[in-house]
Amino acid sequence: MTVLSIQSLSMRFDQPGGVAVQALKDVSLDLRQGELMSVLGPSGCGKTTLLNILAGFLAPTSGSVTLGGKPVTGPGAERGMVFQQGALFEWMSVRENVGFGPRMKGMPKAELREIVDHLLDTMGLKDFKEKAVYELSGGMQQRVALARCLANDPDVILMDEPLGALDALTREKMQGLVLRLWKETGKTIVLITHSVEEALLLGERLVVMAPRPGRIHREYRLPFAEMGAGQDLRGIKKHPEFARTREEILGMIWDMEEEIMGRVEAG
Amino acid sequence: MDLIRQLAGETWLVLTTVAGVIPWLILYVLLILLCYFIWRQISRLFRPRSDFGSLKTVTFGDESAVTSDFAASVMSLVLIFLLWGAFTGSKLVPSFLHAPGPFTGDGTFTYISEGPDGAMDEGNVTVRVFPFGTKAEVPVVDPGPGFAKDDALVVAAYRSELLKAQDNDEVTEDAGAKVVSVNGVAIEPEGPAVDVGFASVNMTAKGTLNVTPDKGWQMEKIWLPAPEDVWARFVEISRDGFRNSTLAEHLGYSLFRVIVGFLLGAVIGIPLGYAMGLSDWFRGWFDPIVEFMRPVPPLALIPLVIIWAGIGEVGKIVLLFLAALWIMAIAARAGVSGVRIAKVHAAYSLGASKPQILRHVIIPNSLPEIFTGARVAMGVCWGTVVAAELVAAEKGAGMMIMTASKFQNTDIVIMGIILIGGIGFSIDLLMRWAERVMVPWKGKA
Repeated sequence: MTVLSIQSLSMRFDQPGGVAVQALKDVSLDLRQGELMSVLGPSGCGKTTLLNILAGFLAPTSGSVTLGGKPVTGPGAERGMVFQQGALFEWMSVRENVGFGPRMKGMPKAELREIVDHLLDTMGLKDFKEKAVYELSGGMQQRVALARCLANDPDVILMDEPLGALDALTREKMQGLVLRLWKETGKTIVLITHSVEEALLLGERLVVMAPRPGRIHREYRLPFAEMGAGQDLRGIKKHPEFARTREEILGMIWDMEEEIMGRVEAG
Repeated sequence: MDLIRQLAGETWLVLTTVAGVIPWLILYVLLILLCYFIWRQISRLFRPRSDFGSLKTVTFGDESAVTSDFAASVMSLVLIFLLWGAFTGSKLVPSFLHAPGPFTGDGTFTYISEGPDGAMDEGNVTVRVFPFGTKAEVPVVDPGPGFAKDDALVVAAYRSELLKAQDNDEVTEDAGAKVVSVNGVAIEPEGPAVDVGFASVNMTAKGTLNVTPDKGWQMEKIWLPAPEDVWARFVEISRDGFRNSTLAEHLGYSLFRVIVGFLLGAVIGIPLGYAMGLSDWFRGWFDPIVEFMRPVPPLALIPLVIIWAGIGEVGKIVLLFLAALWIMAIAARAGVSGVRIAKVHAAYSLGASKPQILRHVIIPNSLPEIFTGARVAMGVCWGTVVAAELVAAEKGAGMMIMTASKFQNTDIVIMGIILIGGIGFSIDLLMRWAERVMVPWKGKA
């Protein structure tokens, strides 16, 4: 069942001086319920623009986004966002951060407390509930951000390089957590990343985008997310199929970068 | 061109004054370094340190390794106090530390008078110098032989006195006698002064001797009173009040004006700043006003405020309101602009409404900036209220020191300055404490 439908989305920014930037051109995608899709591409391919349109922070110049049949016209609680970093509220404790969405909707305190407690327990933040967020490490802060998003029970979760600012070890642990949460909650997730390995691990569906104009270059269906939800991720990374796909996509992105450089040098 | 020449002249004057101060500055720096080396040796003896900071080998250039040395602060204040005491002859400072005081007691010198016929005679002068504020008898001297009789003179310390040396002589000035030398050094009208050991003697245009006892290095009370005098004055004024008002009233009125003016400024300025940070229209509307009013020093508004609102409380509070208003508006605007867009986006994605985002994201996010602004505004307000009271007020700390200065009550002026500084410093400490309690996340984002 299609839950999120993106139809021939285009985005043009007019710049001072009359030069227009075609950030997105004719992007169409359909996401079914419970799908985990990762979006990968070189910088400038419009993947963040795409996510901002899905979240409702930007209005496309043409095309449409519908969620469960209803057009997206602005930000809303049914589309949760997880940002790279710095989106937590420092003036609130971990508990208050996680409970923010339901609290704004006026959920009764007891129910709110139960939801937040449960989420924080499953996230391994049991002993940090009353701490200030700036007292936590980067990895823990991203766990809080994930929990805050889940507490609001959105239909779709949009992740904008959520693990991009973490160190390699923490990042690997968090990738496992994202997969586990995806399996447990069955949420539809769109994840943007610039790490090929992460895109392969955290996408049963992988979209590679190309720049100038931003467009969908290729799509893959991948088995690794399904495999990774149960077993250790390093085992999957050793899989020959994993290595082959990684090299293929890396080569593809290298070629795009080369082409841009060539065009810049020629122009 | 005239202006440039005048300014060049003024600049030269300033530069020469500064050049005169430089040796003293160098001396002061040497004293600081001396204290440093002595204290380092002492502290090494008593507490070998091994915390992380002291184990760093690179401290020069590492800002985090530089902390305020408490011992240095204490020594700095003690030194100021010692200097103050030493140059005012304070009883609180041991007398061997005193700078040389003014000469007091009896001294003598001789002069030679030349009669109209060319005859010379020597006269002795006994000078009694008494400390300022006491009384002294004219010393009794024997007139002695010759036509120039011996004289006696009393002078207060720091003052000078004309000596009518020949009034009692057998050949007076009117008869053609004139003084030609003092202690064997020739002297002439308006010529250089002669040093007689305890005083300098010069001659006026009319030929009269003028005796100025040595003033020493200590300051006269009228320039700088001793610490204990200032303390005594403080005790007296806190007991009896000053100009029909108690000390608490003077300080209380100043504080009251600052607090009311600041609060009004904050109550109007913060919403104004939020409006400017959240709406194109409001920013466009108020930008020219705020940007123009911000660089106008509040002190420059005093005349206008006095014309419009008089010298009563309303005028002062209006002035302080204006002083705080722009600072608070700009701080609130900066606080709104400083919010990370990811936080606002996150709040929208969590389903928050605009009022909820204002209440739960924008306002808390701007609090650190607002506290910084409040500290600046309180400092400016406190400075402005004192200045406004200097101009016109019935009560207040500024009025107190201005009135005292008109009567040359320097001790009250110094006491007032110390109180004003202390209160300003306390206000800042209080604001910093409030900031720590209310905005613990400041600088941790």
